[in-house]
Amino acid sequence: MNAQERLSLIRAGLSARHAREKRFRLYGVAAIAAALGFVAILFGMILVRGLPAFTQATLSLDVAFDPAILKVEDKPQRREGQSPAEFRKALLDWERKVTMLNFNRIVEQAVRAAAPGTTADARQALSIVETNARFQLRDMVVADPGLIGRTVRVDMLASANADNWLKGNIDRSLPDAQQQLSAPARALADQLHADGRIRFAFAWHIFTNVDSRSAPAAAGLAGAFVGSLYMMLVVIVLAVPIGVMSAVYLEEFAPKNRFTDLIEVNINNLAAVPSIVFGLLGAAVFINWFRLPLSAPLVGGLVLTLMTLPTVIIATRSALRAVPPSLRQAALGLGASRTQTVFHHVLPVTYPGILTATIIGVAQALGETAPLLLIGMNAFVAQVPATPLDQSTALPVQIYLWQGNENRNFFEARTSAAIIVLLALMLTLNAIAIFLRTRLEKRA
Amino acid sequence: MTTNARTEATPMHMPAERIVPQSDLYETPSSTVRTPDAEPRPARIVARKVNVFYGAKQALFDVSIDIPERAVTAFIGPSGCGKSTFLRCLNRMNDTIEGCRVTGTIRLDGADIADPALDPVELRARVGMVFQKPNPFPKSIYENVAYGPRIHGLARARADLDAVVESSLRKAGLWGEVKDRLNEPGTGLSGGQQQRLCIARAIAVSPEVILMDEPCSALDPIATARIEELIDELTQNFTIVIVTHSMQQAARVSQRTAFFHLGNLVEEGPTDMIFTGPLEKRTQDYITGRFG
Ligand SMILES: Nc1ncnc2c1ncn2[C@@H]1O[C@H](COP(=O)(O)OP(=O)(O)OP(=O)(O)O)[C@@H](O)[C@H]1O
Ligand SMILES: [Mg+2]
Repeated sequence: MNAQERLSLIRAGLSARHAREKRFRLYGVAAIAAALGFVAILFGMILVRGLPAFTQATLSLDVAFDPAILKVEDKPQRREGQSPAEFRKALLDWERKVTMLNFNRIVEQAVRAAAPGTTADARQALSIVETNARFQLRDMVVADPGLIGRTVRVDMLASANADNWLKGNIDRSLPDAQQQLSAPARALADQLHADGRIRFAFAWHIFTNVDSRSAPAAAGLAGAFVGSLYMMLVVIVLAVPIGVMSAVYLEEFAPKNRFTDLIEVNINNLAAVPSIVFGLLGAAVFINWFRLPLSAPLVGGLVLTLMTLPTVIIATRSALRAVPPSLRQAALGLGASRTQTVFHHVLPVTYPGILTATIIGVAQALGETAPLLLIGMNAFVAQVPATPLDQSTALPVQIYLWQGNENRNFFEARTSAAIIVLLALMLTLNAIAIFLRTRLEKRA
Repeated sequence: MTTNARTEATPMHMPAERIVPQSDLYETPSSTVRTPDAEPRPARIVARKVNVFYGAKQALFDVSIDIPERAVTAFIGPSGCGKSTFLRCLNRMNDTIEGCRVTGTIRLDGADIADPALDPVELRARVGMVFQKPNPFPKSIYENVAYGPRIHGLARARADLDAVVESSLRKAGLWGEVKDRLNEPGTGLSGGQQQRLCIARAIAVSPEVILMDEPCSALDPIATARIEELIDELTQNFTIVIVTHSMQQAARVSQRTAFFHLGNLVEEGPTDMIFTGPLEKRTQDYITGRFG
């Protein structure tokens, strides 16, 4: 075979080789485009549905704190010789009396004052204001009894039904029988909206309020958020040190034998166990056996720790395995002990990998729902948990609860809004991971 | 070639300077060996009948050798003959290799290094090592050199540490090039500089013996020449064992040369004699380039 023949043979195959390469690249681009497309559709749908929930119909009313309705003695002051306990009791008595006052009537009058010509009766007028308005006014009076007798501009949430009506979430042509609000109430809402007394304001309370059944428009994520935060803390505090130490021991110190092989296989199996099984385990071990409280973020965190551990261990081990042996030899050859070698040289170069794995594991745990249902974290909890042992829900569970709420028109957007908050939190976590990773890599 | 092949060429009479490692000659470890200038130097390391196994596979067969103090001993031989393996025996780096087993005795200043009472950490502080591929720590140049003295508690005050770092870098001929960038990562240096940094790192703990496994194989001729100069200077204070594939290098830097083949130490003696008049045919064949 001469050079000419060889060259023509190579050329003959060349176009086929190029075509194959082009085809392969095309497949790759198509796969990425498809993945990105689905992500875009998902995010787009959630944003379109959820973003309207971040603004909410809010009434801006001149509230007259009418002394004829709000008949209560002066707020007790601490007297000479009165013990603190006595004073507190007197104050509580007074607050109870304030609570018993008819604030609904004040709200109703404020609504009527804004729309003098309305045909709505008292119930209908109140139906466009969220039921927590009276507690809002009560709290104002408790804080400052001097308000009684004065007229103050107060922002109050419109009810979920009024919000639906004004946002057009309800078909306006439906007959009265199928509408949530009565005809006069709907007219009232429209009138106040037209007069600028009802605005769409940013709904800060989604972040600051706890969940609520009686006042759905005022329901917020604060309780679930803090619950999730506690669980993440538990996961980080437990899963990271335990996971990293186990991985370091298995990879750097443990003898390689049947037993460690068995452990390795089981860790891999554990990573594949469905999360709901961890929930069952948590219910059996932490609640039935250790008698930890139901619905507590501590228990949730423990269950999620069990779930996250294999992820952390596997990722740390592969990070350790990727460290070139020459680094270990360099340290050992200098007379470093094995522990010094690992902690001074090997582990530091794996920090970026461990960190990324940890944050991804924690983000996964943050989004986990199924195991939490089995340890009672789907309970309705209307307070922010003060400690990890208090009852609480979690963000994904709150999404699940809202998704199941019977006021579909209102909670559909709310659910998407909660999903947006959860996704934002996860994206933040991932961004932190990337940031820290690049920082650490630059330093190394 | 079989394992006992080296018995076939036992010389009838031997000049005093020449030592063919024949195990019966070594029943009692000799305390001195003769160097070419006939100045006797005490043996720092005495190895007797060292066998090494990787799992079931034997890599070294009955290696016995004396390594003299403050001289350079070169190990030569074809690839895979066990030079690195034997070198690693001398500071028990083989302990760190899974499935590696060493038998026989190796004495450092008369003390058995396999003695369970002797901590390998202490041994490696006394017998330093420089590897074939430069492997600085991914830390600053300063930290690379300071690490050894620091973990061994040799220099506690910052000023002491600074002094050790400077003198080590000076001895390694690197000070001038890096004195203004001590805080930059050691991995950012050129290959030759990295290797000199590794040498500085090794001598910073003032070991008695330095083992070098093909320290110049990744370097260009100029960097190689610098390291050879450096080895020459280090001989004044240190005992050096160097593995090399370059006959010229062995001839240039070493006072004694040991030729390994197929896991056997075939011949060992003063370098000029090994190169000008080897006693073994295999040595002759190897240094004249007929195999290997
Ligand atoms: N970690 C190991 N596991 C198993 N066998 C090994 C190991 N290291 C070396 N060997 C074997 O031991 C023998 C000697 O290897 P060694 O590395 O000592 O050779 P060498 O003389 O240094 O070769 P080179 O000049 O190529 O570096 C070879 O057959 C090699 O395959
Ligand atoms: Mg080698």
